[in-house]
Amino acid sequence: MNNMRAKAVLQNYLFILPAVLIFSIFYIYPFYKVFTLSLCQWDGIAQFDFAKTFIGFRNFIELFQDKIWWGAMMQAGYITLIALTFQNALALMLALACDRDIKGGNIYRVIFYLPPVLSEVVVGLVWKWIYDGNYGLLNYWLTSAGLSSLVTDWLSNPKTALTCVAIIHCWKGFGWGFIIFLAGLQTIPRQLYEAAKVDGASGWQMFKNVTMPLMVPVFILVSILTVLGTMQVFVLILSMTNGGPGYHTEVPVTRILESMVGSSRFGYACSQGVMFGAALLAISFVQIKLSKYMKQA
Amino acid sequence: MKEGAKYKMERFLKDSVIHILLIMVSITCLFPLLWMVGSSLKTQQTIFSDMSLFPRNPMWGNFYSAWTKGGFNMYFINSLFYTITVVSGIVIISSLAAFAFSRLKFPGKNIFFYMFLAAMMIPLPGSFVPLYVLMTKLHLVNTRIGYILCMINVGLPLSIYLLKTFFDKMPVELEDAARMDGCSRLGIWWNVALPLARPAIAVVVIFNSLNVWNEYKLATLIFSTKSLMPLQRGLMIFQGTHITEYPLLMAGMTITALPIIVVYLLMQRHIVKGITASAIVG
Repeated sequence: MNNMRAKAVLQNYLFILPAVLIFSIFYIYPFYKVFTLSLCQWDGIAQFDFAKTFIGFRNFIELFQDKIWWGAMMQAGYITLIALTFQNALALMLALACDRDIKGGNIYRVIFYLPPVLSEVVVGLVWKWIYDGNYGLLNYWLTSAGLSSLVTDWLSNPKTALTCVAIIHCWKGFGWGFIIFLAGLQTIPRQLYEAAKVDGASGWQMFKNVTMPLMVPVFILVSILTVLGTMQVFVLILSMTNGGPGYHTEVPVTRILESMVGSSRFGYACSQGVMFGAALLAISFVQIKLSKYMKQA
Repeated sequence: MKEGAKYKMERFLKDSVIHILLIMVSITCLFPLLWMVGSSLKTQQTIFSDMSLFPRNPMWGNFYSAWTKGGFNMYFINSLFYTITVVSGIVIISSLAAFAFSRLKFPGKNIFFYMFLAAMMIPLPGSFVPLYVLMTKLHLVNTRIGYILCMINVGLPLSIYLLKTFFDKMPVELEDAARMDGCSRLGIWWNVALPLARPAIAVVVIFNSLNVWNEYKLATLIFSTKSLMPLQRGLMIFQGTHITEYPLLMAGMTITALPIIVVYLLMQRHIVKGITASAIVG
């Protein structure tokens, strides 16, 4: 009897075995390796383990002085800041508009979520073509509107390139925030609004005193996911500017890839990954703490 | 009576303003896509001068040229192959695991489940570096199976979570009845749990299909042979080598985007469910 039960438990493990096996090989092992490799100097070509030299924290010391790396962090931060404010404000505004019983609300929802389902490669290449300095639609329109003083090579101009990429990131992302905000708004019981109306509350008062407090968890969720998603932006950059002009649109992930593929410094690439991951965790942690503080206030 | 008319008027004005805003944003969403399709129908000569949205003499031949000359038929078939294999792999493996996490008893169950949950919340963007090294050691670099396994891994945690929460809500009675009839646990998973979980599986399938079809980063790391590459990767290669052939590039992009748009329009309900569910976990 005991034997049979043991056999049954073992058989139960077989159900999760394929998942655990794949996960251990392709997620847990690289996760662990990133930390150990970040302390080594290694070109990634030599297959033997003795080709790796343990150098302690020298990669990190170098990384702290790496101006291009910090520039990349700042640029990703800039895109994130625009996404947090502009993109999420737009998403919330549209969600509020669609939450009223408005005609055709469903059609708008379908349209707004179209950019997020497209691949970043397609989005990046379409906009690159629209922004193009010589033949792009944007410059053509500006010229036709008599604003030829504004005409520039948008993605090659160091002053405009990063903002242009950030705007496209928001274009692709706002529909996602919109869907989540709308789902959150629809969980708010209608009776609350009706009660507030009976008490003579204005639209703004209802938003401030009914909608806002109930939406706090959704705001936190969206802001954390926006930061995590935007800081790791990569394919959009690759397809639009490839980090240029100069290093003006480099972001952390393009730098990690450059260290790895471009200059074959696998250890250094791993140390960048570790520092970047730690920074992301720290930001999320601060956001959660802040939101708890705000909830109490 | 007068009050009511005033209220109606106000409401109408408010709604009109909102509609104008919504329509403007909608145009911003749709215009680049229409521009892409329109440009794909222009000729190499007119694309730089003809600024109309749709050309008067559409060059449908561009699609044929992109399909054959640009190698998009090869990339397309590859993408289709990866999407089908990865998604079927994810559905089988994650539903087995989710079924065990929800219904079966074994020591360490929660630890394993939280391991998958944690993977969704802890970002480690640099882990693709050792992943690449590992793939090289296992001789999986530049192979279809290597890419498929990596992509299955990417989709597992969320799919397991979605299916487990669905199984948890499912009534146990049917399974008990099946057990009485002498059905094995594997039999219950296949005959009872999977058919009942169809709505959740639909979400998993569609969500992962979009993910695999649009994936770019791992495809760059793993593939160096053109004949193995999926569409997104092929598109970037094509734009690098045929930088000036805009109509063909736009046709290739339309070919890449069209299946996703069609699937999205058909399945948008399930997709929205998947988005909200995935956000709630994270």
